[in-house]
Amino acid sequence: MPLVKPDGLGEYDVIVVGSGAAGGQAAYTLAMGGARVLMFEAGRNYVPEQETPMFQTRADAPLRAASTPDKPFGFHDATVDGGWQVPGEPYVNTSEDDAGRFDWWRSRMLGGRTNHWGRYSFRNGPYDFKPYSRDGLGFDWPLTYAELGPYYDKVEMLIGVYGHNDGLENTPDSPPGCLLPPPKPRVSDLLIADRSKKLGIPVVAGHRAVLTRPLDHRNLPARLHPGNANAQRILAEQMRDRAACLWATPCGRGCSIRATYQSTTVHMPPALATGKLDILVNAMVREVTLDKKGRASGVAFIDKTTGESRHAMARAVVLGASSCETVRILLNSKSTRFPEGLANSSGKVGRYLMDTVGSSVEGQIPLLEDLPPHNEDGASGGHMYAPWWLYREQLAGKLGFARGYHIEFGGGRGMPGVSTVAGIEWLTGGSYGRKFKEDARRYYGSFVWFDGRGEMIPNEQSRCEIDPEVKDRWGIPVLRFHWKWSEHETRQAAHMQRTFGEIIEAMGGRMKDPVIVDGAKAIAPGGSIIHEVGGAIMGDDARRSVTNRWGQTWDVPNLFIADGAVFASNADKNPTLTIMALAWRAADHILDRMTRKEL
Amino acid sequence: MGEDFRIDRRTAIQWVAMASALPWLQRPALGTAGAPAAEPYGTDPRLNHVYKPGDLWPLTLPPYMRAAAAALCDVIIPADAESPAASAVSVVDFIDEWISAPYEAQQADRKTILEGLGWLEIESRKRFKSFFVDLTDTQKAAICDDICYLPRAKPEYVEAAKFFATFRDLTAGGFYTTPAGSKDIRYVGNVALARFDGPPPEVLRKVGLPVPPS
Repeated sequence: MPLVKPDGLGEYDVIVVGSGAAGGQAAYTLAMGGARVLMFEAGRNYVPEQETPMFQTRADAPLRAASTPDKPFGFHDATVDGGWQVPGEPYVNTSEDDAGRFDWWRSRMLGGRTNHWGRYSFRNGPYDFKPYSRDGLGFDWPLTYAELGPYYDKVEMLIGVYGHNDGLENTPDSPPGCLLPPPKPRVSDLLIADRSKKLGIPVVAGHRAVLTRPLDHRNLPARLHPGNANAQRILAEQMRDRAACLWATPCGRGCSIRATYQSTTVHMPPALATGKLDILVNAMVREVTLDKKGRASGVAFIDKTTGESRHAMARAVVLGASSCETVRILLNSKSTRFPEGLANSSGKVGRYLMDTVGSSVEGQIPLLEDLPPHNEDGASGGHMYAPWWLYREQLAGKLGFARGYHIEFGGGRGMPGVSTVAGIEWLTGGSYGRKFKEDARRYYGSFVWFDGRGEMIPNEQSRCEIDPEVKDRWGIPVLRFHWKWSEHETRQAAHMQRTFGEIIEAMGGRMKDPVIVDGAKAIAPGGSIIHEVGGAIMGDDARRSVTNRWGQTWDVPNLFIADGAVFASNADKNPTLTIMALAWRAADHILDRMTRKEL
Repeated sequence: MGEDFRIDRRTAIQWVAMASALPWLQRPALGTAGAPAAEPYGTDPRLNHVYKPGDLWPLTLPPYMRAAAAALCDVIIPADAESPAASAVSVVDFIDEWISAPYEAQQADRKTILEGLGWLEIESRKRFKSFFVDLTDTQKAAICDDICYLPRAKPEYVEAAKFFATFRDLTAGGFYTTPAGSKDIRYVGNVALARFDGPPPEVLRKVGLPVPPS
């Protein structure tokens, strides 16, 4: 991948900070639109085609690929130089207990966390943009579903998302030609769907960014880049080079055949092919610099290879460093004009940090024991899921919490890992010897798991700021987090537990431990679901938000935020697809303003 | 395996004598004995590479414990018609790699495993005046039956039962990740397919779900 060095910088229209879903999409749209772009990545270069451990078994890895502090999702996870702790890059929590802590995941590598993400790709629905209007809590977004819809269409067509249109409430359908066919359900999916239906829970095809067939390279480029022959030609070529899923090897390792969305395999190759994109890796942005008129002039950064402070310039700056890192850059960009941090005249930078509500239950299903062996690898993640289904009851105040969740689940005969046949004495009564081997054959593949993924309502207590003392290894002041769940979240977590217990029971299954009744104990700690959004929310009012509906900061007209920091709410839908739709829209807006010489 | 062990028998006898003088809770020294001074593999290891136990950090299971560990592995996963015994596919090397790893969780297991293997030798001497590796299958079972299920373990066997649970999990983890173990439980994935067909009709029939028309 062509990279530039700090000494070899050219002239740029736009600096994009970050290379994940936001930075990748912004750089793609800008470069395809003809702008000269310099992208910053704090981590190293990463080449999925060469580095992905495709087909390695767990026995090929140290410790059978078990999770360690160095590799929290296991050895073969695509993440390098990342995790909830990054050496030399600390952060501070004001509380260390589970209820008041925020664990901050970072991936210091080209493509960021898009290399290992779950590939779940859901559209926010109409309610999700106007939650305050609906129930009086949180904030409305300064845009509607109808306004963002066309960008969801574009992103789905570009990256490739499988799914069905099911016509369900607040779970938008995609126009024809956007979605790829979903993979066939596994037997556990079908059993869960059948029994859930009896409980009134709809189970439908999952939506994930995996190519279940090759992209339509003949028609999609013209739909995505009308009137731009060069972009169409480049994209057609790149789409042809992406293979469809080969139904093996977990997506979380990354995909060397480019069958799933990663910024490194989907956004960057076409953006680089335009010749308009330069990428600077190992470059840690510390602040956005200003010119005399108070407009962004560029960024100050640390060249990690030498430790030197450097500066780069452009006509506009787009932050897509991940929500909290973007907040950190803004708060560290202090000047006489902006003594409380850049774009922070509202005092809202760092406010309304959100994660997803998470809670999990596992069950063992006798019906799934001793099944005839068959290949269940599939697309590695969920083939089906259950969107939130209790909108009416919730609005009527019957649930005791205000927002919904969806259910991701799975089961079956996955690639054996170090814990595949561990901890089963609650079923076996402690067998060993030949009996244990028979038990392993019997129970392998008979487990199902359920993960609730729910909406958190923004609150005043969940926020971050610059710690007055602690600095990272580059001398850059670090973030300090404050965190608090409200009862809307903890009660929702308790509801997840109860529901999952009911589904398992309806399947004739059993659980090792009873479900957790206390929501405060059932909820995963802040940050653990890695759906961090908010911190620089968009709004209609400059006094109460950081950016307008385009991600343009109220205070600095040529400074834009393209990542999850602008989310005014965090719907239960996983944020990545929305991040990309917003980034594409912001980049279109920048191109438009540049054409009109307004930037 | 047995040959290696006999070479070290003198050491082992001294060690067992020393260990047997101490009750469970006063034996932290055994668990930390020879604790590895290894480096973690770091946040950027080479991922698409095949590693073997010992490649990244030295293996440190004391030689006089190795035979007992292998014997216990094979009590848990013996050979049968479907697959070989755990020791035949080097599960002991994996357990050694595990307890030698420079991470907190593995170091906690190291203490459990080394103390547990020490207990096993003491118990074997006490009951049968022999090393665990030399016991008959019936004698091994007599000990293992007392420690194989924590909820039913007598108070004096609670610590040993915790050890057995950890050791069984590691043995199974090591075994079922090998090609022989994966084959035993009939994992048939990790192969490239032109298409994904979902469950075959006989699977759906067995579960009682409708079989879609083909």
